[in-house]
Amino acid sequence: MTDPHLDTRAFAKSIRKHALRMVHRANTSHIGTCLSMADLLAALYTQVLNIDPAQPAWAARDRLILSKGHGAAILYAALAERGFFPPDWLETFSQDGSLLTGHVNHRVPGIDFSTGSLGHGLSVACGMAIAARRDAAAYRVFALLSDGELDEGSTWEPILFAPQYRLDNLVAIVDFNKIQSFGTVAEVLELQPLADKWRACRWAVREIDGHDHTQIAAALRDLPFEPGKPSVIIAHTVKGKGVSYMEGQLAWHYKAPNAQQLAQALAEVDAAP
Amino acid sequence: MRNTFIDTLTELAAADPRIWLVTGDLGFSVLERFAERFPGRYLNVGVAEQNMTGMAAGISTTGKVVFTYSIANFPVMRCLEQVRNDICYHNLNVKIVAVGGGFGYGSAGYTHHGLEDLAVMSALPNMTVLAPGDPVETRLAVRAIVQHPAPCYLRLGKGGEPVVHTSEPRFEIGKAIPLMSGKDLTLISTGGILSIVMSAARALEAAGFSVGVLSMPTVSPLDRDAVLAAAAASRALLTVEEHAPGGLGSRVAEALAVAGAGIPFAMLTADRSHLHLAGSQDYLRDHSGLSLEAILAKARDLLASGRNAG
Repeated sequence: MTDPHLDTRAFAKSIRKHALRMVHRANTSHIGTCLSMADLLAALYTQVLNIDPAQPAWAARDRLILSKGHGAAILYAALAERGFFPPDWLETFSQDGSLLTGHVNHRVPGIDFSTGSLGHGLSVACGMAIAARRDAAAYRVFALLSDGELDEGSTWEPILFAPQYRLDNLVAIVDFNKIQSFGTVAEVLELQPLADKWRACRWAVREIDGHDHTQIAAALRDLPFEPGKPSVIIAHTVKGKGVSYMEGQLAWHYKAPNAQQLAQALAEVDAAP
Repeated sequence: MRNTFIDTLTELAAADPRIWLVTGDLGFSVLERFAERFPGRYLNVGVAEQNMTGMAAGISTTGKVVFTYSIANFPVMRCLEQVRNDICYHNLNVKIVAVGGGFGYGSAGYTHHGLEDLAVMSALPNMTVLAPGDPVETRLAVRAIVQHPAPCYLRLGKGGEPVVHTSEPRFEIGKAIPLMSGKDLTLISTGGILSIVMSAARALEAAGFSVGVLSMPTVSPLDRDAVLAAAAASRALLTVEEHAPGGLGSRVAEALAVAGAGIPFAMLTADRSHLHLAGSQDYLRDHSGLSLEAILAKARDLLASGRNAG
């Protein structure tokens, strides 16, 4: 169930700050990709997903598969904020013996599927969606994808499949931050015209600013965009969004902020509108 | 075996609504009998094994028993990472079925030969690996894996495998099936080559030797107790499989070595030095060192030497 008392903007700030502290403490990578999807996750976990933190395996819950599993830190933060587990677990992120692995782990309450190798999540989401359809169950399945993983051929197999079976209970969200491992998407393997590609594969497409809370809320409220078609939200985002020195910088796919950088980052997130 | 498989699965599915069947656009003239009876539990995902496997994982999270179906390597290696991460890591109730194990699709060429599948699947966590020896074992294996709530790999012949078992043997996942017992030599076999192994055993018996046969429909977990019991009961062991090194023979050797069971031992596996040849299953078996004559020759070496004949 969603929680009407949760403020999406405050939630986004809170999970950004958790992720920054987690990545700093663990000295791990991928803060940039966490921050680019922070606003999308905040909307999903405050307004959209029908979930119950007291029953993580509730059969009727909406599913969310983080196919870009390297964004683990901020998804764990969102789950802790929603009460799936105590927030102090976040301090163990990537530490010896912790369940909070650097790529999402299904043993953590609220994580629907483990990912990490790119190009797996949308197929699994398709499977859940067709099972829901054939069981006449009302839940929806969300798959959050990176732009880089659209390089994977295996991502395009379910893109072809889902419209064939009219899976309008399936929603793909592309965190299109336009930076992948070695450089910009345009430099490495151009995806544009991306919306046209999904449209040609018979998906209902909407492009939004992935940091504009009004646009995010409107898109998520309008699902499915067309009855009988799977929906994809192409969210134009900024890698490292919310921390000035990280925004659009490839280096923050890899680096962890030091203590001074962390302090500045937390201050900037707090000061944002 | 594939007809036995689909008939058994269809029969089970009539009573068990959890059973789904997903194919990667293969199984023409075989899968229709399931698809027609249970259209709501059948899916053809197209020529897309990675999607087939990832979807099977997703479907199974909702309480289903999901069978994936394709030829030889296709449901195993094309989508190996989906098998490893999506199915095995999550310990999901998915059954991977490959038809045409070994040289079942002989004339189709090496791309269609399943010669490494048992080794690859046996390396994965939570995975049970089965290669039934005849249609009777196939029927029993399908029933058993439906009741086993974890990942399974089922390697089948393409069709036409002779029935070996004259009555229904006791079948348990992880347990060998003794067919004959003997003091001089025990032959250990997995998969559809069982009928040739039985012919070899009978020929050796006719020549005056006391020969045992163990059918091993489960390759992983290996029935170590049965291997060690055979090592204690007979003077030598010979494994036979339509598979490269790394499968049954290697696992039996490992069990013997770990147990310190020093015994004359040899393993017959498929020689892969002529991958480019077309041929029937029989031709390619013969050509890769798995003919009846090759089994007899290796057995006689072992019996004569009384030492490890390699």
